[in-house]
Amino acid sequence: MTTKTIAASGSSTDIATIAFAAVLGLGLIFAAGFSQAGAMHDVAHDSRHATGFPCH
Amino acid sequence: MIRQIGASALFAGLAAGVLAALLQFWFVVPLLMEAELYESGARAHFTDGYIGSDAGAPPLGDALARHAGTLAMNVVAWIGFGLVMAAGFALAHRQGVRIDARRGLVWGLAGFAALALAPAFGLPPELPGTIAAEVSVRQAWWGFCVIATAAGLALMAFGRGPAWLVAGAALLAAPHVIGAPHLDRYFGTAAPELAALFSTRALGVSAAAWALLGVMGGWIWSREAA
Repeated sequence: MTTKTIAASGSSTDIATIAFAAVLGLGLIFAAGFSQAGAMHDVAHDSRHATGFPCH
Repeated sequence: MIRQIGASALFAGLAAGVLAALLQFWFVVPLLMEAELYESGARAHFTDGYIGSDAGAPPLGDALARHAGTLAMNVVAWIGFGLVMAAGFALAHRQGVRIDARRGLVWGLAGFAALALAPAFGLPPELPGTIAAEVSVRQAWWGFCVIATAAGLALMAFGRGPAWLVAGAALLAAPHVIGAPHLDRYFGTAAPELAALFSTRALGVSAAAWALLGVMGGWIWSREAA
């Protein structure tokens, strides 16, 4: 029983970690590629064009 | 797990971002800055019935702050790509799939297909000055295309049996069957040679950086696991 509980909690921690990494990654991609906020757009302009993100 | 994901995404993302930026400075940014001469009207491809214009880009050294921004945002974007890829490594690892440098290369090439090649089939990397459909509509199609392609490739790679292959292929095709948003007129003022070279080089640089992200991400993942 104890073993099962530990295994199950380890597994849900893994899922939480994976979800956190994916959400953080998507957030960075959004900031670098999608955000239309003025300063963000300007500093990311060339990398967006060169990476193939729709820019403006 | 968190250490594996973090190390793989951070170091591989940093390396891929720096490689992407360096290759862009060499092959892509000069074309981009040349296109801005047409965008601003400083240079024209059609003048007084004559078709043709001088080739040549302004020197990179004139705008160092701008290029520092390009380097920084490449690193941000590629660490983002690395985090999503490492999250995929972790999910695959839970299913008993081994990840190493060679497998990582395949993941990187799949990332290139999903985040660069497939969206470029509908919306080619844009030369500055390109007049196109509303940006939010293009972003929505781009996001849809990336998700559909990644999901389709995952079904084909990890599904068992022909039905999954068919479903995966249908997902790959869906964004292009629906079609990317385009205008019903052309507005280009820059030389077409410049636009073609820009699109293909942007894709080539992405391919190189994705390959590095995959190889290095997979290699670090396997070392951290050991």
